[in-house]
Amino acid sequence: MSNSALHEPFHDLARQHETDRFGMLLFLASEVMLFGGIFAAALGLRMAEPDAFAAYSQKLHLWLGTANTGVLLTSSLLVALGVEAARKGRYRHLGWLFIAAALLGLVFAGIKGTEYWLEYRAGLMPGVDASGIEDRTQRLFMNLYFVSTGLHAIHLSVGLILLVALAGRACAGRLGHVMAANVGLYWHLVDVVWIFLFPTLYLARPV
Amino acid sequence: MSPSLRLILVWAALMLLLALTVGATFLPLGHWRTVTSYGIAMAKAALVLWFFMELRSDSGLSRLAVLTGFVWIGLLFLLIVADYVTRGWTAAGAF
Repeated sequence: MSNSALHEPFHDLARQHETDRFGMLLFLASEVMLFGGIFAAALGLRMAEPDAFAAYSQKLHLWLGTANTGVLLTSSLLVALGVEAARKGRYRHLGWLFIAAALLGLVFAGIKGTEYWLEYRAGLMPGVDASGIEDRTQRLFMNLYFVSTGLHAIHLSVGLILLVALAGRACAGRLGHVMAANVGLYWHLVDVVWIFLFPTLYLARPV
Repeated sequence: MSPSLRLILVWAALMLLLALTVGATFLPLGHWRTVTSYGIAMAKAALVLWFFMELRSDSGLSRLAVLTGFVWIGLLFLLIVADYVTRGWTAAGAF
Protein backbone atom coordinates (compact mmCIF):
# COMPACT_ATOMS: atom_id res chain seq x y z
CA MET A 1 0.00 0.00 0.00
CA SER A 2 2.47 2.60 -1.12
CA ASN A 3 -0.26 5.12 -1.74
CA SER A 4 -3.31 5.71 0.35
CA ALA A 5 -6.44 3.86 -0.65
CA LEU A 6 -9.88 5.42 -0.81
CA HIS A 7 -11.85 5.09 2.44
CA GLU A 8 -15.47 5.72 3.43
CA PRO A 9 -17.08 8.28 3.42
CA PHE A 10 -15.06 9.80 0.58
CA HIS A 11 -15.99 9.36 -3.07
CA ASP A 12 -12.71 10.52 -4.53
CA LEU A 13 -9.06 10.47 -3.48
CA ALA A 14 -8.46 14.20 -3.98
CA ARG A 15 -11.17 15.12 -1.48
CA GLN A 16 -9.83 12.54 0.96
CA HIS A 17 -6.29 13.96 0.71
CA GLU A 18 -7.54 17.49 1.21
CA THR A 19 -9.44 16.43 4.33
CA ASP A 20 -6.38 14.68 5.75
CA ARG A 21 -4.36 17.80 5.20
CA PHE A 22 -7.06 20.09 6.57
CA GLY A 23 -7.21 18.05 9.80
CA MET A 24 -3.44 18.36 10.21
CA LEU A 25 -3.54 22.12 9.59
CA LEU A 26 -6.28 22.53 12.22
CA PHE A 27 -4.18 20.59 14.70
CA LEU A 28 -1.20 22.79 13.92
CA ALA A 29 -3.33 25.91 14.45
CA SER A 30 -4.11 24.56 17.94
CA GLU A 31 -0.36 24.09 18.48
CA VAL A 32 0.13 27.74 17.53
CA MET A 33 -2.38 28.62 20.28
CA LEU A 34 -0.51 26.43 22.79
CA PHE A 35 2.81 28.16 22.16
CA GLY A 36 0.99 31.48 21.88
CA GLY A 37 0.27 31.36 25.61
CA ILE A 38 4.01 31.21 26.32
CA PHE A 39 4.71 34.05 23.89
CA ALA A 40 1.98 36.07 25.63
CA ALA A 41 3.76 35.53 28.97
CA ALA A 42 7.01 36.69 27.36
CA LEU A 43 5.28 39.78 26.01
CA GLY A 44 3.86 40.60 29.46
CA LEU A 45 7.22 40.19 31.18
CA ARG A 46 8.99 42.24 28.53
CA MET A 47 6.47 45.09 28.77
CA ALA A 48 6.62 45.10 32.57
CA GLU A 49 10.44 44.98 32.77
CA PRO A 50 11.88 45.95 29.36
CA ASP A 51 15.43 46.76 30.48
CA ALA A 52 15.86 43.76 32.77
CA PHE A 53 14.34 41.46 30.13
CA ALA A 54 16.90 42.68 27.58
CA ALA A 55 19.79 42.40 30.05
CA TYR A 56 18.91 38.81 30.98
CA SER A 57 18.36 37.90 27.34
CA GLN A 58 22.01 38.78 26.76
CA LYS A 59 23.07 36.13 29.30
CA LEU A 60 21.88 33.43 26.88
CA HIS A 61 24.28 32.03 24.31
CA LEU A 62 23.41 33.99 21.16
CA TRP A 63 25.77 32.08 18.87
CA LEU A 64 24.55 28.67 19.96
CA GLY A 65 20.98 29.88 19.44
CA THR A 66 21.90 31.22 15.99
CA ALA A 67 23.59 27.96 15.02
CA ASN A 68 20.50 26.07 16.15
CA THR A 69 18.24 28.27 14.04
CA GLY A 70 20.38 27.49 11.00
CA VAL A 71 20.34 23.76 11.79
CA LEU A 72 16.56 23.69 12.14
CA LEU A 73 15.94 25.71 8.96
CA THR A 74 18.21 23.33 7.05
CA SER A 75 16.42 20.28 8.42
CA SER A 76 13.14 21.82 7.24
CA LEU A 77 14.60 22.15 3.74
CA LEU A 78 15.52 18.44 3.75
CA VAL A 79 11.99 17.49 4.84
CA ALA A 80 10.46 19.70 2.13
CA LEU A 81 12.76 18.09 -0.48
CA GLY A 82 11.72 14.66 0.85
CA VAL A 83 8.03 15.44 0.44
CA GLU A 84 8.78 16.70 -3.08
CA ALA A 85 10.62 13.44 -3.84
CA ALA A 86 7.64 11.44 -2.54
CA ARG A 87 5.36 13.32 -4.91
CA LYS A 88 7.48 11.99 -7.76
CA GLY A 89 7.25 8.49 -6.28
CA ARG A 90 10.89 8.41 -5.14
CA TYR A 91 10.26 6.99 -1.68
CA ARG A 92 13.79 5.73 -1.06
CA HIS A 93 15.04 9.24 -1.71
CA LEU A 94 12.48 10.54 0.81
CA GLY A 95 13.70 7.98 3.36
CA TRP A 96 17.27 9.25 3.22
CA LEU A 97 16.25 12.90 3.30
CA PHE A 98 14.06 12.28 6.37
CA ILE A 99 16.95 10.43 8.06
CA ALA A 100 19.27 13.37 7.32
CA ALA A 101 16.66 15.83 8.68
CA ALA A 102 16.32 13.70 11.84
CA LEU A 103 20.12 13.77 12.26
CA LEU A 104 20.02 17.56 12.08
CA GLY A 105 17.25 17.42 14.68
CA LEU A 106 19.64 15.46 16.89
CA VAL A 107 22.33 18.11 16.31
CA PHE A 108 19.79 20.73 17.41
CA ALA A 109 19.04 18.74 20.57
CA GLY A 110 22.78 18.37 21.24
CA ILE A 111 23.41 22.11 20.95
CA LYS A 112 20.33 22.81 23.10
CA GLY A 113 21.63 20.34 25.69
CA THR A 114 25.01 22.10 25.67
CA GLU A 115 23.25 25.39 26.34
CA TYR A 116 21.28 23.87 29.22
CA TRP A 117 24.54 22.51 30.63
CA LEU A 118 26.22 25.94 30.41
CA GLU A 119 23.21 27.57 32.08
CA TYR A 120 23.27 24.94 34.81
CA ARG A 121 26.98 25.62 35.39
CA ALA A 122 26.25 29.37 35.58
CA GLY A 123 23.57 28.74 38.21
CA LEU A 124 20.77 29.98 35.96
CA MET A 125 18.47 26.98 36.28
CA PRO A 126 15.53 27.77 38.60
CA GLY A 127 14.59 24.81 40.76
CA VAL A 128 17.97 23.12 40.28
CA ASP A 129 20.69 25.66 40.83
CA ALA A 130 19.58 29.28 41.00
CA SER A 131 22.76 30.61 42.66
CA GLY A 132 23.54 32.84 39.65
CA ILE A 133 20.06 34.37 39.41
CA GLU A 134 20.01 38.01 40.46
CA ASP A 135 16.36 38.88 40.98
CA ARG A 136 12.73 37.98 40.43
CA THR A 137 12.70 39.14 36.80
CA GLN A 138 15.66 36.96 35.88
CA ARG A 139 13.99 34.01 37.60
CA LEU A 140 10.84 34.64 35.55
CA PHE A 141 12.91 35.06 32.39
CA MET A 142 14.78 31.80 32.95
CA ASN A 143 11.52 30.01 33.82
CA LEU A 144 10.10 31.27 30.55
CA TYR A 145 13.24 30.17 28.70
CA PHE A 146 13.19 26.63 30.07
CA VAL A 147 9.43 26.18 29.70
CA SER A 148 9.36 27.45 26.10
CA THR A 149 12.50 25.70 24.86
CA GLY A 150 11.51 22.59 26.85
CA LEU A 151 8.06 22.42 25.26
CA HIS A 152 9.71 23.02 21.90
CA ALA A 153 12.20 20.21 22.60
CA ILE A 154 9.32 17.82 23.38
CA HIS A 155 7.76 18.67 20.01
CA LEU A 156 11.13 18.22 18.34
CA SER A 157 11.50 14.76 19.91
CA VAL A 158 8.07 13.69 18.68
CA GLY A 159 9.02 15.00 15.22
CA LEU A 160 12.29 13.05 15.32
CA ILE A 161 10.48 9.79 16.11
CA LEU A 162 7.95 10.41 13.33
CA LEU A 163 10.67 11.23 10.77
CA VAL A 164 12.64 8.06 11.56
CA ALA A 165 9.51 5.89 11.61
CA LEU A 166 8.40 7.28 8.26
CA ALA A 167 11.86 6.89 6.76
CA GLY A 168 11.69 3.20 7.70
CA ARG A 169 8.27 2.81 6.14
CA ALA A 170 9.37 4.71 3.04
CA CYS A 171 12.33 2.40 2.47
CA ALA A 172 10.03 -0.60 2.95
CA GLY A 173 7.68 0.89 0.35
CA ARG A 174 4.81 1.29 2.81
CA LEU A 175 4.35 5.03 2.91
CA GLY A 176 1.77 7.27 1.24
CA HIS A 177 2.55 10.73 0.01
CA VAL A 178 -0.18 12.30 2.19
CA MET A 179 1.25 10.82 5.38
CA ALA A 180 4.75 12.04 4.47
CA ALA A 181 3.44 15.53 3.72
CA ASN A 182 1.52 15.72 7.02
CA VAL A 183 4.53 14.73 9.11
CA GLY A 184 6.49 17.28 7.08
CA LEU A 185 3.93 19.93 8.08
CA TYR A 186 4.45 19.08 11.74
CA TRP A 187 8.23 19.38 11.40
CA HIS A 188 7.91 22.75 9.68
CA LEU A 189 5.67 24.02 12.47
CA VAL A 190 8.32 23.07 15.03
CA ASP A 191 10.61 25.21 12.87
CA VAL A 192 8.14 28.14 12.79
CA VAL A 193 7.81 28.08 16.59
CA TRP A 194 11.60 28.27 16.89
CA ILE A 195 11.71 31.14 14.37
CA PHE A 196 9.68 33.19 16.89
CA LEU A 197 11.36 31.83 20.03
CA PHE A 198 14.75 32.93 18.70
CA PRO A 199 14.10 36.72 18.65
CA THR A 200 11.94 36.51 21.79
CA LEU A 201 14.58 34.86 23.96
CA TYR A 202 17.92 35.64 22.33
CA LEU A 203 17.57 38.92 20.45
CA ALA A 204 16.04 41.24 23.06
CA ARG A 205 18.48 44.11 23.55
CA PRO A 206 18.39 47.28 25.65
CA VAL A 207 17.12 50.30 23.76
CA MET B 1 12.12 26.42 -12.10
CA SER B 2 12.15 22.90 -10.70
CA PRO B 3 10.35 22.48 -7.37
CA SER B 4 13.54 21.30 -5.63
CA LEU B 5 15.54 24.30 -6.86
CA ARG B 6 12.78 26.61 -5.61
CA LEU B 7 12.96 25.01 -2.15
CA ILE B 8 16.74 25.43 -2.07
CA LEU B 9 16.42 29.12 -3.01
CA VAL B 10 13.87 29.61 -0.23
CA TRP B 11 16.34 28.01 2.19
CA ALA B 12 19.05 30.42 0.99
CA ALA B 13 16.69 33.34 1.62
CA LEU B 14 15.96 32.00 5.12
CA MET B 15 19.69 31.81 5.90
CA LEU B 16 20.17 35.35 4.61
CA LEU B 17 17.34 36.58 6.85
CA LEU B 18 18.91 34.78 9.81
CA ALA B 19 22.23 36.56 9.15
CA LEU B 20 20.38 39.89 8.85
CA THR B 21 18.43 39.47 12.08
CA VAL B 22 21.54 38.53 14.09
CA GLY B 23 23.51 41.36 12.47
CA ALA B 24 20.76 43.86 13.30
CA THR B 25 21.04 43.10 17.04
CA PHE B 26 24.51 44.70 16.99
CA LEU B 27 23.31 47.91 15.31
CA PRO B 28 22.17 50.93 17.36
CA LEU B 29 18.59 50.82 16.12
CA GLY B 30 16.82 51.58 19.40
CA HIS B 31 13.18 50.55 19.33
CA TRP B 32 13.51 49.64 15.67
CA ARG B 33 15.59 46.62 16.67
CA THR B 34 12.47 44.94 18.06
CA VAL B 35 10.56 45.82 14.90
CA THR B 36 13.38 44.43 12.73
CA SER B 37 13.78 41.18 14.61
CA TYR B 38 10.05 40.41 14.66
CA GLY B 39 9.59 41.66 11.09
CA ILE B 40 12.30 39.27 9.93
CA ALA B 41 10.84 36.45 12.04
CA MET B 42 7.48 37.00 10.32
CA ALA B 43 9.14 36.99 6.90
CA LYS B 44 10.92 33.73 7.74
CA ALA B 45 7.71 32.15 9.05
CA ALA B 46 5.86 33.31 5.93
CA LEU B 47 8.48 31.69 3.67
CA VAL B 48 8.28 28.41 5.62
CA LEU B 49 4.48 28.42 5.58
CA TRP B 50 4.14 29.43 1.93
CA PHE B 51 6.83 27.24 0.33
CA PHE B 52 7.89 24.47 2.75
CA MET B 53 4.36 23.87 4.08
CA GLU B 54 3.00 24.37 0.55
CA LEU B 55 0.21 26.77 1.43
CA ARG B 56 0.91 28.30 -1.99
CA SER B 57 -0.90 25.39 -3.63
CA ASP B 58 -3.60 25.05 -0.95
CA SER B 59 -7.26 25.96 -1.06
CA GLY B 60 -8.47 29.15 0.62
CA LEU B 61 -10.12 27.08 3.34
CA SER B 62 -6.83 25.41 4.31
CA ARG B 63 -5.00 28.73 4.35
CA LEU B 64 -7.73 30.13 6.58
CA ALA B 65 -7.36 27.18 8.99
CA VAL B 66 -3.67 27.97 9.46
CA LEU B 67 -4.28 31.68 9.72
CA THR B 68 -6.91 31.38 12.49
CA GLY B 69 -4.33 30.24 15.05
CA PHE B 70 -2.20 33.30 14.35
CA VAL B 71 -5.20 35.65 14.31
CA TRP B 72 -6.38 34.54 17.78
CA ILE B 73 -2.86 34.90 19.15
CA GLY B 74 -2.72 38.35 17.58
CA LEU B 75 -5.91 39.32 19.46
CA LEU B 76 -4.43 38.01 22.71
CA PHE B 77 -1.28 40.08 22.19
CA LEU B 78 -3.31 43.16 21.30
CA LEU B 79 -5.29 42.96 24.56
CA ILE B 80 -2.14 42.36 26.63
CA VAL B 81 -0.45 45.38 25.05
CA ALA B 82 -3.59 47.47 25.63
CA ASP B 83 -3.39 46.52 29.32
CA TYR B 84 0.26 47.40 29.86
CA VAL B 85 0.24 50.56 27.76
CA THR B 86 -2.75 52.07 29.56
CA ARG B 87 -1.77 51.18 33.14
CA GLY B 88 -0.40 54.65 33.82
CA TRP B 89 -3.51 56.40 32.49
CA THR B 90 -5.56 56.35 35.70
CA ALA B 91 -5.74 59.50 37.84
CA ALA B 92 -3.69 57.86 40.57
CA GLY B 93 -1.05 56.98 37.94
CA ALA B 94 -0.92 53.35 39.00
CA PHE B 95 -2.95 50.62 40.66
